Amino acid sequence: MTAIAPDPTVPAADPDSEQWTAKLRNRFFGTLPPEKLLPDRQPSYVTSWIYVFGVLTIAALVVIVASGIVLAFEGPQWYHVSGVGHFVNSLHLWSVELFFFFMVVHLWGKFWMAAWRGRRAMTWISGAIAFLASIGTAFTGYLVQTNFDSQWISAEARDGLNSVGIGAWFNVLNVGQMLLAHVAALPLIVGIIVVWHVLLVRHRGVVPPFGAEHLETADVEEARS
Amino acid sequence: MSSATASRRIRSGDGQWRGPTRPYDIAKEFVIALVVVSLLSIGLAALFSSPDEKAITLREWATNAPNDFSATVAAELAGTSGTATYGAPYVDVADAGQKIGPVNLQKWAGVRIPVDSAKQFVVDPLTAVSGDGETKDALAAWTAAPTDQQQGWASAYADAIAAAPDGDPAQAEAGDYGPVPVLTASMLSAAQRGGLDGPVALGGLFYQTDYTTSVLFLADGTYLEDKAVEQHLGGGQWGMMNETGSYPGQAWLWLYSFWYQIKPFNDEENTYGANADALIWAIMMLLTLGFVFIPFIPGVRDLPRWIPVHRLVWKRYYAQQEGTRVRR
Repeated sequence: MTAIAPDPTVPAADPDSEQWTAKLRNRFFGTLPPEKLLPDRQPSYVTSWIYVFGVLTIAALVVIVASGIVLAFEGPQWYHVSGVGHFVNSLHLWSVELFFFFMVVHLWGKFWMAAWRGRRAMTWISGAIAFLASIGTAFTGYLVQTNFDSQWISAEARDGLNSVGIGAWFNVLNVGQMLLAHVAALPLIVGIIVVWHVLLVRHRGVVPPFGAEHLETADVEEARS
Repeated sequence: MSSATASRRIRSGDGQWRGPTRPYDIAKEFVIALVVVSLLSIGLAALFSSPDEKAITLREWATNAPNDFSATVAAELAGTSGTATYGAPYVDVADAGQKIGPVNLQKWAGVRIPVDSAKQFVVDPLTAVSGDGETKDALAAWTAAPTDQQQGWASAYADAIAAAPDGDPAQAEAGDYGPVPVLTASMLSAAQRGGLDGPVALGGLFYQTDYTTSVLFLADGTYLEDKAVEQHLGGGQWGMMNETGSYPGQAWLWLYSFWYQIKPFNDEENTYGANADALIWAIMMLLTLGFVFIPFIPGVRDLPRWIPVHRLVWKRYYAQQEGTRVRR
């Protein structure tokens, strides 16, 4: 049998191209090449202060997570009685208040920009879900303070949750369950959604002004007429 | 593909902006934002601190509101307390549970956290702490009596306390209450000594993370609610978004809280008020879905185009566009 020599003018197929890992890498970096993931230029219309509120929200989230880790690590017997503990508790509270303030301004800004235009609906949806997940996370935080607030809020909130059957599984009077939700499950969910949201923003870019959509061209679809 | 039968449709949205650009250092922006927010948080924490009102103990409740405490104990024994008549997920009570139209999700979820309020809130804790013979005899008499007899004694005593001046058990009319007055007095005395907080919360365990029984018992009385209303935390006081003292609370719950302030939901005499929790949940879930899917709701998604707030955001861009047009 005579071996056929490969044609040097035809590019050899990548022997690893069928690998899941290779496919995942090609998909990720095809969608988000480094210059999109960490761009050093933005469209010239990105000049308003409103654009700062997205990054301020993420910065507040970092402060929340950092102060929250200290509180969870030291526990209520520390933050209820020690001066430093109370200060970290205050830091956690105020970073949460700032987080929601920045997030709400960011949301309203994006609403008035109709930031879902140009195939960006999922960016809006992921942001909206991040807002809702953050509300759930903050709510469980109030329940695990282990003070008068926790007693009253849990006693009241159980009626709402029980009335639609959720309370049978999500028991706001169970501090252990709420602590797990507040320090692990929900922050993880919020974190994943925020990363997803930011990647979508990087992928789709910042929505153009009304009337400038024609300056943004993209996915060219072949459609049979 | 045949060029004669195909057309090319261009859609925007991959972030490939073909217009002018400008340098924008997002890494530097993030670092500055982090420093600014950290300093702001530290400043606000140092300046305003945070609320941290101590949790109410059974000792505090029994000491500050002994009549309310005794009335609650009698109601737990009679099976007429809030918890004993709550329905799912704590007890099985026919027709209990809020409805959305004909749908009773509360009942469908079932009794997943069973609570026997007389046993868990009164008999078991008292058994754990009682030392005197009178209380032991009362517990033995209660345990030996049939359920109808227990409820008859406790209901009669609960009614007598309710009718007494200031709800004071000491001034209740004499009657056949069986061991209930002794049990109630022993509970009050044990709670005032601080002996009940552990047994009620721990339920005979060493480690515990679930405070369902303690909070349910506390919430069956009026002391907790009275304290909350004093602090403007009541449901009808926008309490859901308030905080103890003058601190900001969960302001983001304003819309959820709003429904509890208006008719028909704030009037428990009508069907809507009686099922307010479930109905308001349903309304909020619908609004939440609407919020998430704004991009697909005609009219709502067009508001930003009709009300040109965006001209403030892109003021400079539009000014440049108009300048270019004028020059032409």
